[in-house]
Amino acid sequence: MISDYIKTKFTAIVGAENVDVSPAGRLVYSYDATPNFQSMPDAVIAPRNTKEVSQIVNVCREEKIPIVPRGSGTNLAAGTVPSEGGIVLLFKHMNQILEIDEENLTVTVQPGVVTLNMINAVEKRGLFYPPDPSSMKISTIGGNINENSGGLRGLKYGVTRDYVMALEAVLPNGDIIRTGGKLAKDVAGYDLTRLLTGSEGTLAVITEATLKLIPMPETKQTMLALYQSMDAAAKSVSEIIAAKIIPATLEFLDRPTLKAVEDFAKIGLPTDVEAVLLIEQDGPAEIVARDMQKIADICTREQAVSVQIAATEAEALALTSARRAALSALARLKPTTILEDATVPRSEIANMVKAINEIAAKHNVTIATFGHAGDGNLHPTCPTDARDHDEMERVEAAFADIFAKAIELGGTITGEHGVGMMKAPYLEWKMGPEGIAIMKAIKQSFDPDNIMNPGKIFAKETRKRLVISQ
Amino acid sequence: MTTMTAREKAIQESFSLRMDEAELLNCMRCGFCLPSCPTYLETGLDESQSPRGRIALMKAVHDGLIAPDDDVEKSLNLCLGCRACEPVCPAGVKYGHLLEEARDIFNDHNEHSAPVKAVRKTVFEGLFPHQNRMEHAVTLLGIYQRSGLQNATRKLGFMKLFPESMQAMERALPAVPKKRDMKNRPRSFSALAEKTATVAFFSGCLMDTMFLETNNATIKLLQKAGCDIVIPDGQNCCGALHGHSGEKDGAKNLAKRNIDAFEKTNADYIITNAGGCGAFLIDYDHLLKDDPEYADRAKAFTAKMKDITQILFELDFHQRIELKMEPQTITYQDSCHLRNVMNTHIAPRALMNAIDGANYREMENADSCCGSAGIYNIVESDMSMQILDHKMEKAKATEAHTIVTANPGCLLQMKLGIEREGLSDKVRAVHIVDLLLEACGELTH
Repeated sequence: MISDYIKTKFTAIVGAENVDVSPAGRLVYSYDATPNFQSMPDAVIAPRNTKEVSQIVNVCREEKIPIVPRGSGTNLAAGTVPSEGGIVLLFKHMNQILEIDEENLTVTVQPGVVTLNMINAVEKRGLFYPPDPSSMKISTIGGNINENSGGLRGLKYGVTRDYVMALEAVLPNGDIIRTGGKLAKDVAGYDLTRLLTGSEGTLAVITEATLKLIPMPETKQTMLALYQSMDAAAKSVSEIIAAKIIPATLEFLDRPTLKAVEDFAKIGLPTDVEAVLLIEQDGPAEIVARDMQKIADICTREQAVSVQIAATEAEALALTSARRAALSALARLKPTTILEDATVPRSEIANMVKAINEIAAKHNVTIATFGHAGDGNLHPTCPTDARDHDEMERVEAAFADIFAKAIELGGTITGEHGVGMMKAPYLEWKMGPEGIAIMKAIKQSFDPDNIMNPGKIFAKETRKRLVISQ
Repeated sequence: MTTMTAREKAIQESFSLRMDEAELLNCMRCGFCLPSCPTYLETGLDESQSPRGRIALMKAVHDGLIAPDDDVEKSLNLCLGCRACEPVCPAGVKYGHLLEEARDIFNDHNEHSAPVKAVRKTVFEGLFPHQNRMEHAVTLLGIYQRSGLQNATRKLGFMKLFPESMQAMERALPAVPKKRDMKNRPRSFSALAEKTATVAFFSGCLMDTMFLETNNATIKLLQKAGCDIVIPDGQNCCGALHGHSGEKDGAKNLAKRNIDAFEKTNADYIITNAGGCGAFLIDYDHLLKDDPEYADRAKAFTAKMKDITQILFELDFHQRIELKMEPQTITYQDSCHLRNVMNTHIAPRALMNAIDGANYREMENADSCCGSAGIYNIVESDMSMQILDHKMEKAKATEAHTIVTANPGCLLQMKLGIEREGLSDKVRAVHIVDLLLEACGELTH
């Protein structure tokens, strides 16, 4: 609990209506979208501008109060759970699109803007912001930048990092800094923009961002290819890339995922096949048509049992929307849904999918897999029950094996969800002790008092716990 | 964990005992519901006013993590119960059921003030369960309207003593039918076209009194669509008002009487013309799932439920009957429960689009609640009016002359919105069946 004295200080900065210490008010910010992680903050504070953020940070530093910046709480690695108490910082007031610059092709936003609202606003001007995490209807830009979110279009267009040009941020010492600019070229000093992007709220509070836009692709086509074997689908992915075609989207869903998604979306997805590839290409009409034909030929050659192009835009949207719901739809199956995002070089997709199935069998757990096949980013998902401790231990062991396999194949423990608390015990597997040491040194120089989102990224002990938490 | 009062402790124990833990766990907190929630948006993205937040509060109380204090109760009370969060929930969480149970628990432990208690008793026990008393009550309203008393009241400024929403509501109430019209309607009707189905009509309590003409129009449309119609005796209020207000036992009694009444008819379908009632009727299987005598019978009952627009659509009414009207722009406000619980939103639009002369223009956010929500617009007046004002901005943007709805509560709320905007001379609100009968060339009111 924070004392009345400190509460008064916060109230003086943001007003009483923007400081909540009630049990109910704190409870609803004690979680994010990660199963089995929950911890009450001591207060919830909603600043109205950068200056107020800086003043709040100063109070927190003086009083050693943890700060957890939070967008819409859709994080999947417990990155926004206030595990050590302190304050949750909300950006509901800082939610404006400040400028759309059509000469420099940039958009400048406050962190609380909902991703899809910004995408819609720039698309009205014929501009395109490609990063499209599945939660984009809910997530905020601030959250996307802090987590370096990916999405369905990552294969061709990259992830959030590739679109952040400039940031305004409040450092843990209260200083307000500006990094980068509306510049295609800028090598002035260390690239702090890239350092802060994906820093999971552990280095600074991002208060404004300028993002890169590109011209809207002229057309888009969406295709569904069905397979009776997972291997054949994975082989198609490799063949498409080897044919020097980079689709905008190249997603795959296995049979259990398909069934759960169809139960929810009811759009007539096939549930009697082993795997589906959802493929999109965008660009000038003639190039899209040519690529889609080539892709269709490859899929057919690789034993697809059916290849269909969506007839209308509405049909295409229904397919991609259904894919975005995959994770939550899998939550229908069991009370607890554990999701990971192990990622491998895309040439290893077939091997990784095969390994996941073997690992699931070895540990006697169910694992459904879907994900961004084109960029090697998989989402093995385990429907389970947190109350079944025996099974939870097997789930944990299975995911440890999956991480180990991903790293063995040249991959990583997380492609787009972030480390948070959930994957912190495995970070050293990827980085090595030397990598962890330099990261800790960076953290120390930004935040010597460890007030910025403490308990995230760095584990107290490596490889101890994964899905079981107090 | 803070210390709890005796009342809070009792509520907490009831939560542990009665709340469906599996359903609470089924929410995986992805947040996909957030953009669909009117109160989350209207409160400037306050998580405690979102479905995810409310479920988290229910679970925290269930687990003993927090006390069921006033803030928790306030959060549950401010929920419209529109259930827009359910169709968008990929995990399929039955939010409405959780909300109803939680409210029922709070209500069991609530000491209402004497006047509130009296009103609740009159409404939930004295009035709505008794169709004859509903007729009396509405007859009194008719006398008020026709006797000149209404004019006198307005001139005297008597209504100024009431909240603004009640004042406008008083102006928005429809002219009610005379008592003999309510009493003298036959109980069965024959198809006026080649026979397609036998249907039993759930005529409703409010619909069969204040909105009698709309019920009569419903019957005519069904006849034209080739239906033989029975209106079973012994049916009564669906129980939705009770269920949504934490009076679950009252709701169960009404449900059983309705099942008794409709079982005898052997009709192919049971038809309603009020989305709010329909959604409650179609949930009888859940309401009575633990009742050994009624559980299976409730399932049979709900399997037959259809909204009037759905059956007309399925029977190709709009292809077989010529529909036309004076050139005008029309728009549609979804009934939340018709859309979110009965999954009926294509049928009404298809019917309206088939009317020659009517230029149907979709309203932005037509699928979002208008703020009527049963008695919400009276008990949570401020939020209701805030939602309504935002709704009317979208309605005005369509430039529609006619706002169509499919539920009496929504209809009254739309009339209220038109009143508040001062648009009464330019814009009207109608129930979709009245619009369709008008398009058949028969004037209703």
